[in-house]
Amino acid sequence: MTVLVINGKSIQTDIEPDTPLLWAIRENVGLTGTKYGCGVGQCGACTVHIDGVATRSCTITVGDAAGKKITTIEGLAENGVLHRVQQAWIDIDVPQCGYCQSGMIMAVAALLKETPQPSDAQIDATITNICRCGTFQQVREAIHAAARA
Amino acid sequence: MTDAIRIGRRSFVIGGATIGAGLVVGLEIPFGSTSATGAEAAPEINAWVVVKPDDTVVIRIARSEMGQGTLTGLAQLVAEELDCDWSKVTTEHPTPGQSAARNRPWGDFNTGGSRGIRSSQDYVRKGGAIARAMLIQAAANDWKVPAGECTVEKGVISHAASGRSTTYGKVADAAAKLTPPADAPLKDPRDWKIAGKSLKRLDTADKTTGKMVYGADVTLPGMLNAAIKDCPVFGGRMASYDASKIAGFKGVKKVVRVGDTAVAVVADTWWHAKTALDALPIVWDEGPNAKVSSAETAKWLAEGLHDSQPAVTGNQNGAARAAIAAAPKTIEAVYGYPHQNHAALEPLNATVLYTPDKCEVWTGTQNGEAAFGAVVEASGLPPEKCDVHKMMIGGGFGRRLFTDSIKQAVLVAKQLPGTPVKLLWSREEDMTHGKYHPVTQCRLVGCFDANNNLTGLHMRISGQSILATVRPEAIKNGVDPVVFQGLTSTGDAQLGYDVPNLLVEHAMRNPPVPPGFWRGVNINQNAIYLECFMDELAHAAGEDPVAFRRKLMGKHPKHLAVLDAVAERIGWGKPAPEGRHRGVAVYMGFGSYVAAAAEVSVTDGDKIKIHRIVAATDPGYAVNPAQIERQIAGSFVYGLSALFHGGITVKNGRVEQENFDSYDSLRLKDMPKVESIVMPSGGFWGGVGEPTICVAAPAVLNAYFAATGKRIRSVPLKDSNITFL
Repeated sequence: MTVLVINGKSIQTDIEPDTPLLWAIRENVGLTGTKYGCGVGQCGACTVHIDGVATRSCTITVGDAAGKKITTIEGLAENGVLHRVQQAWIDIDVPQCGYCQSGMIMAVAALLKETPQPSDAQIDATITNICRCGTFQQVREAIHAAARA
Repeated sequence: MTDAIRIGRRSFVIGGATIGAGLVVGLEIPFGSTSATGAEAAPEINAWVVVKPDDTVVIRIARSEMGQGTLTGLAQLVAEELDCDWSKVTTEHPTPGQSAARNRPWGDFNTGGSRGIRSSQDYVRKGGAIARAMLIQAAANDWKVPAGECTVEKGVISHAASGRSTTYGKVADAAAKLTPPADAPLKDPRDWKIAGKSLKRLDTADKTTGKMVYGADVTLPGMLNAAIKDCPVFGGRMASYDASKIAGFKGVKKVVRVGDTAVAVVADTWWHAKTALDALPIVWDEGPNAKVSSAETAKWLAEGLHDSQPAVTGNQNGAARAAIAAAPKTIEAVYGYPHQNHAALEPLNATVLYTPDKCEVWTGTQNGEAAFGAVVEASGLPPEKCDVHKMMIGGGFGRRLFTDSIKQAVLVAKQLPGTPVKLLWSREEDMTHGKYHPVTQCRLVGCFDANNNLTGLHMRISGQSILATVRPEAIKNGVDPVVFQGLTSTGDAQLGYDVPNLLVEHAMRNPPVPPGFWRGVNINQNAIYLECFMDELAHAAGEDPVAFRRKLMGKHPKHLAVLDAVAERIGWGKPAPEGRHRGVAVYMGFGSYVAAAAEVSVTDGDKIKIHRIVAATDPGYAVNPAQIERQIAGSFVYGLSALFHGGITVKNGRVEQENFDSYDSLRLKDMPKVESIVMPSGGFWGGVGEPTICVAAPAVLNAYFAATGKRIRSVPLKDSNITFL
């Protein structure tokens, strides 16, 4: 048995340890906010936090994630209060189709934890998620707004 | 059918919830001019408004939402005419099965061609206006006063003389029993209070919390998951597979043939299905296209550029060939544009529950009725036993106008009757089984008189027609009109220049790579061909590119207005900052006039930095300016991704790109803020999602020339070793 700690809950599972964490989260745990976009660590739609670090969950196995603190988009709000990144996303109306935005928000939340007031250059270097709708300028605006919040 | 408006009043089930008490207004208004052919041929007009007792207004939206904001925009138009309280508006999608059962009260579901709003705005507004009239009438009847003495604001009806007021929710039941007025006047857009405003989208919150359910997220009790491989060679077939090799794989329930070309593994989870599928030995019958390559296709298309080869004419005036032959000065260039994949971030998927009595499908589709037709066909069940539930779409861009993946899903589920099955394509399946942007080349020849006036222009396009494959019945006399998008003298994508002698031709050559409608369709490459060549002509004439264009645009004031707008905003005519260079482009597509101006610097000759990019669009009316700005910026990201990183190539009959590592997309660092100018001039309804996409690439290419003196005439730029700084 493997123990996954997701959004503060310990989950005992018999998932094969070589399964990408993404699929365990989506299919075995049933949290579908974390999205599949490429499966090869390119697009970032599957970004979660592992021990606070933004990680593309398609590139880490269940075995390697076992026992670590995993946070998905569903666990980002605390006590029913949206994370300031989520709030900024709503205030600035960032998403278009929205499919990439869970991963984008998770990547940004981790960035702001590490770098509370990121420069544009730091944003450029860190936020590498693909958004085919092209929401980038709203994303940048919302990052700065969340940093001020 | 007649021209009469019919109102349905019975409650029915949508999205699992029964709409009970309340007003349900439905319109069936076929166009009088086409009524002779019956309602089936005149699907244009429909709308639905539901008012619940708690004053919630449910606005039914037939068109699909894929991020472009149509859901919110259409709701704004209905709410505007309804005069309801915007804060109490919700939306829902009727299903195409319900529409079919009710003689298509919602009309066309198609959400392609930037038509979501422009081709339904009239009847959805009418739906709102008629509902408003009925609600007011119900209150007036109750109060025994003339309806004309009542006013309404935010869903509250008042009668000033008697000091009475009520709400839409309170009179909804009575209103639903009334005979609707034959017509109701629409507001002058200048009086709009809800439409025309940059209201927030209605679908944002759940997209920030992971709660939004896309097709890929659908989960039904007892559901199995399927992974699929279709023949990697276009036109090939699946000969055989050896299921015994994956017999012990965990979770696998069944291996099924899907049509003649594909095989799917069905398992408890998709990961199990995919793992087993990757290990499944499959023998492909590669068929006649096993040797097809993009390199050979390019040679074949180049042959079509020669005047000796057959071609059809899309636009002409004067005598371009003669003018060019006699001219003292001519300029010639050949451009090319490759296949592109849509690569929507949500891979294609559909969830199907098939029983011999019913086939239900949950999927993200841009055309609910086409999806419904595909389900009827693939299931073999009559329409009344089928339905499609439209899910939020994780990117469409034209790919989800097609129903191939939906048919596959039904064919899989038919082999497991009673068990819901979700078919999800891998990213690799998506890259290699697209409906690709067509491949074309274009030879352009321009000629001048002795005073450097442009006297002739000959454009000869060689290459792929989308309609020849997708809608062959639309090809008349060998002409695919869509090939000439933006180059014609009539229609919703007109050429913005007057040239004394003009000839635009197409030599149709269709390689065996499935084409499709890709955001912007043929304006993508046609704008590069025309607008980069206009730049070449301007330089050959020794003239400023904007001044050169303006001289040819006297009869095209709307084209000219957007060009002037971007030129002014970028500071054209004034010196650019040190090391920066500018380019412009102007075009028309999908009923809207668009222009762009880019300011770039180039390092080491091959590294581009876009410092500024300005866009202008005149879509006639702007229903939600903030969403239009987002569509402009998004279209630039999509178009520039294709310009820099895109390009689908074929070798040995197979697509070579399999994922985003070889078919990359722009990242945040590459994209400057798009300075958008939304300048609706009124009097017509143009599209928004697509038109602007086409001017980004030529503006950047022209700026690159201004910086380097080098013309890039082929896409993607990565093939010329040009990248972002």
